[in-house]
Amino acid sequence: MQGSDTKKLNLPLDKPEAESLRAGDRVLLTGEIYAARDAAHQRMYGIISECEAAGEDPRSGLPFPLEGAAVYYMGPSPAPPGKVIGSAGPTTSGRMDKYTPGLLDMGLKVMIGKGKRNTSVNDAIVRNGCVYLAAVGGAGALLSKCIKRSEVIAYDDLGAEAVRRLYVEDFPAIVVTDSTGKCLYA
Amino acid sequence: MRDLDVSEITKNVKEMCIEANIFMEEDMKEAIYKAYDTESSEVGRSVLAQLKENMKIAENERIPVCQDTGMAVVFLDVGQDVHFTGGDITEAVNEGIRQGYTEGYLRKSIVSDPFQRENSGDNTPAVIHFNIVPGDRVIITLAPKGFGSENTSRIFMLKPSDGIEGVKKAVIDTVTEAGPNACPPFVVGVGIGGDFEKCAIMAKKALTRHAGIKGSLGSLEKELLDRINESGIGPAGLGGSVTALAVKIETFPTHIAGLPVAVCMCCHANRHKQRSL
Ligand code: SF4
Repeated sequence: MQGSDTKKLNLPLDKPEAESLRAGDRVLLTGEIYAARDAAHQRMYGIISECEAAGEDPRSGLPFPLEGAAVYYMGPSPAPPGKVIGSAGPTTSGRMDKYTPGLLDMGLKVMIGKGKRNTSVNDAIVRNGCVYLAAVGGAGALLSKCIKRSEVIAYDDLGAEAVRRLYVEDFPAIVVTDSTGKCLYA
Repeated sequence: MRDLDVSEITKNVKEMCIEANIFMEEDMKEAIYKAYDTESSEVGRSVLAQLKENMKIAENERIPVCQDTGMAVVFLDVGQDVHFTGGDITEAVNEGIRQGYTEGYLRKSIVSDPFQRENSGDNTPAVIHFNIVPGDRVIITLAPKGFGSENTSRIFMLKPSDGIEGVKKAVIDTVTEAGPNACPPFVVGVGIGGDFEKCAIMAKKALTRHAGIKGSLGSLEKELLDRINESGIGPAGLGGSVTALAVKIETFPTHIAGLPVAVCMCCHANRHKQRSL
């Protein structure tokens, strides 16, 4: 999705950088992102809920530090021999809505997926100065070329749904919801 | 009777899983190339440019077009003069899926139980629709179906008084609600008539019809396609003039009291392969 106005961004984003982005901006991301989808979110949510009930800090139990992090809703196809990863495009973000406001309140800064979010997520984006980006759904082969490293860091038993630490270079995305709450989808 | 060893079914299903996920059918390629040429919005064109490039990379690198390599849907039209030998036909299809998804580095996306949700590890079982037809051939149609779009499909049990306008509204409402979630530009399969399950199966099967072939309701297909494209949802839901690539309608006789309509939503990664054995 490159255009003349494409912005190159290095991850992690700090708060002013995240807040400077506007719905409709096209970006190329370089840096570390964490791949996590339905089952991994459910587990993280479980850990946070249990810790909160016990009055403990959940941070140490989570698979990656949320502060400033970027999460990519994605479960790749297996890497063929000699490749970093298989096809690796975004999945529908709305299924993660239930788990998302809590993660944003704990410091998650950037989300990458596709499709609409609910009002609780939009409110949490504004409250925390975050940003929601979309990559092109169904462009998994193309997007895999931007992934230079991939490593399973938690929940190996979940297969495609395991949590992965990825290093991406010039990963194309578009800002869907910015920190003012403006959303690109009509 | 013609004897057919089920290992032939396994071998073909395996190859078809891999082919379907890596090489888009010509009709879908053409549709995406044409969409790029006609799309009016700049952001829409840039999305379609990515999709064109994506299909090339998938072919050259032998990786799936989309990481969601789907739940495998298999339509098996079996000639009544065929006698399967060498084992259980359902197991033979699933063995083909198992081998195809494992050896083809395709994603395993099936959980064995809807509540326990443990991954079956080999993308089995497939959803298989057997159909007995005249003759001594077996036609296998295989369609890996992604769930970003599947989750936005709908069934409407309309009343006869809702008529054709009710059917049009059902289709437009479903597409509008799916929006960016189901990876537009879409292919929309519509089943009208029959009963609750018949209309759903027709809608799914319609997706496998070659995009260039018109159904008996060609003018309704065209009208709905135009109306969907007027919605402005556009490629990836980012706005534009191409929201759907095709609308495909199938119909069947129905009951005096009903007008069932199923709308099966498919993304631009509308994968399907067919072979005749
Ligand atoms: S909806 Fe289709 S293109 Fe989009 S992620 Fe799912 S399978 Fe891929």
